[in-house]
Amino acid sequence: MALEDSHVRRAAHLARIAVSDDQASSFVDDLSRILDMVDQLQSIDTEGVIPLSHPLDATQRLRADEVTETNQRDNFQRCAPAVEEGLYLVPRVVE
Amino acid sequence: MHDKTVTQLAAALKSGEFSSRELTSHFLQRIEQADGNLNSFITVTAEQALKQAEAADQLRAAGNAGTLTGIPLALKDIFCTQGVKTSCGSKMLDNFIAPYNATVVEKLSAAGTISLGKTNMDEFAMGSSNENSYFGAVKNPWDLSAVPGGSSGGSAAAVAAGLVPAAMGTDTGGSIRQPAAFCGITGLKPTYGRVSRYGIIAYASSLDQAGPMARSAEDCAHLLNVIAGHDVRDSTSVARGVPDYTETLNAPLSGLKIGLPKEYFGDGLDPEVEKAVRDAVKVYESLGATVREVSLPHTHYAIPAYYVIAPAEASSNLSRYDGVRFGHRCDAPADLIDLYTRSRAEGFGEEVKRRILIGTHTLSEGFFDAYYTKAQKVRRLIRQDFLDAFEDVDVLMGPASPTPAFDLGAKKDPVSMYLQDIYTIAVNLAGIPGISVPAGFAAGRPVGLQILGTHFAEAQLLNVAHQFQQATDWHLKLPAFAEENA
Repeated sequence: MALEDSHVRRAAHLARIAVSDDQASSFVDDLSRILDMVDQLQSIDTEGVIPLSHPLDATQRLRADEVTETNQRDNFQRCAPAVEEGLYLVPRVVE
Repeated sequence: MHDKTVTQLAAALKSGEFSSRELTSHFLQRIEQADGNLNSFITVTAEQALKQAEAADQLRAAGNAGTLTGIPLALKDIFCTQGVKTSCGSKMLDNFIAPYNATVVEKLSAAGTISLGKTNMDEFAMGSSNENSYFGAVKNPWDLSAVPGGSSGGSAAAVAAGLVPAAMGTDTGGSIRQPAAFCGITGLKPTYGRVSRYGIIAYASSLDQAGPMARSAEDCAHLLNVIAGHDVRDSTSVARGVPDYTETLNAPLSGLKIGLPKEYFGDGLDPEVEKAVRDAVKVYESLGATVREVSLPHTHYAIPAYYVIAPAEASSNLSRYDGVRFGHRCDAPADLIDLYTRSRAEGFGEEVKRRILIGTHTLSEGFFDAYYTKAQKVRRLIRQDFLDAFEDVDVLMGPASPTPAFDLGAKKDPVSMYLQDIYTIAVNLAGIPGISVPAGFAAGRPVGLQILGTHFAEAQLLNVAHQFQQATDWHLKLPAFAEENA
């Protein structure tokens, strides 16, 4: 499956990473080589094999729906780039 | 003191030969003198370490010391440490002071150990040479022109150089075992779920696992005793009892059945590495083990499967770095999209971007089944290879890496770097434990023997590794750097 410039641009958009034209063409080269290597997977017959998402085949453990955490907003916002009165600041999104 | 194992240092602290404060000062001084040449630490927490050491000495004076009370350690900079910069080797987190401790950090602290600081690593644990760190490459103390391996390269180099007696690493595709091999130390990747991932900055959550890196298997056993166990804060940590891993270290190996996977001795394996590994296997035969060849037929699909699964998980995990809640934020964003895209473009390095883009692409509409679902199916086949092999043998042995440490700057093409992990990556896909132990030298650089066991066979791996270290002295060798530079 050949990788095209449009694929890289779509991935960069979805991943919210700004990519210049020069960078995009270098990513097309690098990612193409990686995907060529990955394409070896297509040669294995996996008919009837169940996908493995957890190495121990474990299922998600559930817990009682109880409050176990205390409010640490001030502590957690200390490492934020910009906060005001307990709110995270971002550029205006509604005009 | 710096040539001693944790086990020896613990005995010396207990007998009063020296205090934890003296021991801690000694290592801090070595870091101060030598780390300019190695770059193995990102942050040194000297003041805090000395305070912890004094507290440990008081605990001992009061008769409340445990086995590891007062032992200095270092933490890969992927473990969140409250009040201390936790960068994960990235510009993205260069300004991040963690607001809480990882469970591993809590447990090590409760055991009375001292943290000397945070070690260098490939950015977000993505790399096999430590050259992907925002804070610069780490050098291998055996040869300053060689890489220390990665991604836990700082931890491995610091232990090998005698700057710290042991360190914590993490292993997603070989990131404990390969640098341990390259630096001539012992490194254990436990079974997936054996050690809590809480507070460890996530790379690929179905593969990540933390483990000890030290001079000996016995040291690793002591450290695993502290860090292993169930944690309600990590939903994938396993609720299963933790044995005393030191108790079975001396079990005899007569009758041990060793399998040598034929795929681990094929093309691309350096002949000197192969000789060292085969010589190590002969040592096991002399200890009463039997050896047979086995096959792991899907070995060559492990790297392709990994480079779908790990980047897919990474693209999701690293979406949290948005320039809003923590981490790097670009200057003067024009709007919200500009804030996201520029903060991430500036904060992430090239390899991290490559993996995010690969993961985003393979998970995107039209490609998901062909890549992600396919890779997960192959993952099951790879795991089954190991389970089938362990029906016939107790442990598997082979090289940890096809070559000894390569030169800094030698591998510029990402795919050639990825192929280095051929013997370690399948282990993470299968979730089984693995350990690398020093087994000689190739071209003057250390060789690691990798020993693999079935799920939760850590006690057996440590026993098998320890018995080798009772019969050989490869693990006691120190690089000349350790004596000359500090």
